[in-house]
Amino acid sequence: MSDTSKPMDPSRRQFISKTGAATGAAMIAPGVFLTTPAQAKPADQPVSNDKRWGILVDTNKCGNGCNACITACEEENGWGSANPSEDHSSPEQKAQWIRKVTIRDKATQHVTTLPLMCQHCENPPCVDVCPTGASFKREDGIVLVDKHICIGCRYCMMACPYKARSFVHEDLKDQKPWAPRGKGTVESCTMCVHRVDEDGTPACVEACNATAGGALRFGDLYDENSEISRELKQYGGKEIRADLNLNTGVRYRGI
Amino acid sequence: MKQVLKYREIEGKSTGFWILLGGLGALIALALGAVLYMEHEGHYVTGMSNQIVWGMPHVFAIFLIVTASGILNPASIGTVFGKTLYKPLGRLSALLAIAMLIGGLMVLVLDLGHPDRLIVAMTYYNFKSIFAWNIILYNGFLAVVAIYIWLMMERKMNKYYPAAGFIAFIWRLILTTGTGSIFGFLVARQAYDAALLAPMFVIMSFAYGLAVFILVLMAAYAWTKRPLGDAVLFRLKNLLGVFIASVLYFVAVYHLTNLYAAENSGVEHFILMDGGIYTKLFWIVQILLGSLLPLAMVYHPTIGKSRPAIATAAALVIIGGFAQLYVLLIGGQAYPLEMFPGYEVTSSFFDGQVNSYSPSIWEITLGVGGIATSLLMVTIAVRVLKFLPVSLEDAVVDPHAAKAD
Amino acid sequence: MSQTKLLWRLFALMIGTLLLLPVAATADDDDEDEKDPLPFSDLVVTEPAQRFSEETGCVAPESEMRRNHMKYILHQRDETMHEGIRTRQYSLEECINCHAVKDEQGEYVRVEDERHFCATCHTYASVKIDCFQCHSDVPVRASKLRKLQSGLAPHHPTEPFAGKLASETLQLLTNEDQAQ
Repeated sequence: MSDTSKPMDPSRRQFISKTGAATGAAMIAPGVFLTTPAQAKPADQPVSNDKRWGILVDTNKCGNGCNACITACEEENGWGSANPSEDHSSPEQKAQWIRKVTIRDKATQHVTTLPLMCQHCENPPCVDVCPTGASFKREDGIVLVDKHICIGCRYCMMACPYKARSFVHEDLKDQKPWAPRGKGTVESCTMCVHRVDEDGTPACVEACNATAGGALRFGDLYDENSEISRELKQYGGKEIRADLNLNTGVRYRGI
Repeated sequence: MKQVLKYREIEGKSTGFWILLGGLGALIALALGAVLYMEHEGHYVTGMSNQIVWGMPHVFAIFLIVTASGILNPASIGTVFGKTLYKPLGRLSALLAIAMLIGGLMVLVLDLGHPDRLIVAMTYYNFKSIFAWNIILYNGFLAVVAIYIWLMMERKMNKYYPAAGFIAFIWRLILTTGTGSIFGFLVARQAYDAALLAPMFVIMSFAYGLAVFILVLMAAYAWTKRPLGDAVLFRLKNLLGVFIASVLYFVAVYHLTNLYAAENSGVEHFILMDGGIYTKLFWIVQILLGSLLPLAMVYHPTIGKSRPAIATAAALVIIGGFAQLYVLLIGGQAYPLEMFPGYEVTSSFFDGQVNSYSPSIWEITLGVGGIATSLLMVTIAVRVLKFLPVSLEDAVVDPHAAKAD
Repeated sequence: MSQTKLLWRLFALMIGTLLLLPVAATADDDDEDEKDPLPFSDLVVTEPAQRFSEETGCVAPESEMRRNHMKYILHQRDETMHEGIRTRQYSLEECINCHAVKDEQGEYVRVEDERHFCATCHTYASVKIDCFQCHSDVPVRASKLRKLQSGLAPHHPTEPFAGKLASETLQLLTNEDQAQ
């Protein structure tokens, strides 16, 4: 488990030990570590723009009714079912960092499902509109909210074309130390930045590849040898709302 | 016989005055209570959600901020465009501008997720954000108008006030452009994302501002039993008619442009045809009651000369204004984000659905508290300083009777 | 007339006291600084479970930490948040890991409890902090590991975070886990 220094929750660990070789498979399946040897960034070095992290979603492999990525994200980052303290908020008010969206083509009736989360745009509208600069993009392309200087104006939520951001509507307890979240601030998918910084893979990608269809690829979009870049080159990948020219870090295949 | 223009504090000793102060104070106290509750519990006690992100407080706040800009019109017309008839109204007009802006900002700030971090908003700036620019524009507006008032009131400095008035005039045009651009710059949502919103907000500010000004002026002169002549009032109500018509024109252009583009036909259909409450608010309150009816009233040859009718028309414009902002703000968010054109969308996060919103009592109390704050400031200011002319009789204000200053 | 005089004197007295108060307060502070290199030394603060180093005790000399811990945390906060620098010496998470206090039942006390390391001084000094609106006030990672550990290796006697950085601890545990 050198790819992540975070503890996994006991149930997942149990699963891995029960399935024997799955520990190895979980690492191999994302492919990133096989093709590009793990080169952990030293902890005291800042991230650089040599890399741009991205996720490719193959909707053909995304199972209708499968929620593995969402459950993994909830567990990892302590929201939804993994944080019972958010119990006053209505379903409309509860935070959702990632959600499964089902789309049906009105002309052909073809149904597709896909996970939708922060698209980590190169030109993020949420960052442009934020009055304090709390909404920002890291050098490596990950879009985050600095909750220390977020005043809770929610303008970023108005600006996001993907409804990827949530506002925390009540006091929370028992947050994960690596995923702080609290009342009166805005939050969204962090691409599991705490894992990425220690050379890991986002929880959703890990879960999809370990237990589900293997629809998610994570990797460096600037590295042309990374699996995500090669797949993108070979099969292509679309942006949602490409008309806005945001150059998203999350791409979709099969829509 | 020529009468001299004189300003004097209102007496402020009547029972009515104290009832007014007490009532406004009580409304403000209620609002602060609501804020404490909302901030302590969190926003789950409000009707706002992750779907309807901005709610009733923003409708009130934006109404007050937009009105603050437009209410400076009588002062600007007097100072910048040299219309003598408007000059006696300058002080009250500028005072109202400051008061309305503070009321609006109060509502906006107290609805933040972290109002305790106001200092952060003042110290960290993202200059690409129109919101950050607005913080500067609002603070600057308060300063500029405060100086403007001082120059108007201080006899020794009197010769400089036209310059200040000119700066204030330009400043508030930019300010309302900025407020409109808060929505105009939002590319994500079908109902916003239009450059037209900026000038439309400027025109809206003219109409709302003048309507509020007329009401405050009539109330102040009726309650203090000072004479208010027809010359001033009729001029103002005719101007209000022009502004109402201009807003209508902008609303028509806005919707026609959207209707023409197929990508926006969904949201237009929603607002204009089957948006339920939003469609009703648009056609019945905003267009019929808030625009066409007052327009007919102020220009009607007989009704237009009746004071109760003028007051009613002004009140209708204000109600229509609230409806307009509600339809634009809440209706614009209620319509789902268009992410997959040509697809039916469903999810656990209400994608593809029209979002519902029912404002909580706390939000409305906060908004009303903002209005009360503005009015309380005005009430106290006209009591302690010389804002109101003793008389606005025709003989005092009529340009032919009174030579300029 | 004498009544007016009396009122004036009272008024003067009040103003005088008000003016003198800050002077007295600063004088007191200087005094304290000379005598006492450790602010709040009269407070009973729970000793941390372990020491960062033998010489300094905490991650910096204790007198420095008592005065300026917020500067270290603030600096670290911005570096971690914006640049992904994740050194652990000044990380809030490690503060919590070391300084977590347990109650009689052996459970970690939460920040609402005055025995919580941060709360002890902050309650006394009436300085409100909002760190724990978002951040965990107890060592979640460690407590989780402890549960894990007791399930997987019940014979292991030490605290999982004692003397170790969290990631190293995990590595250790994982190796043990796999060895079994």
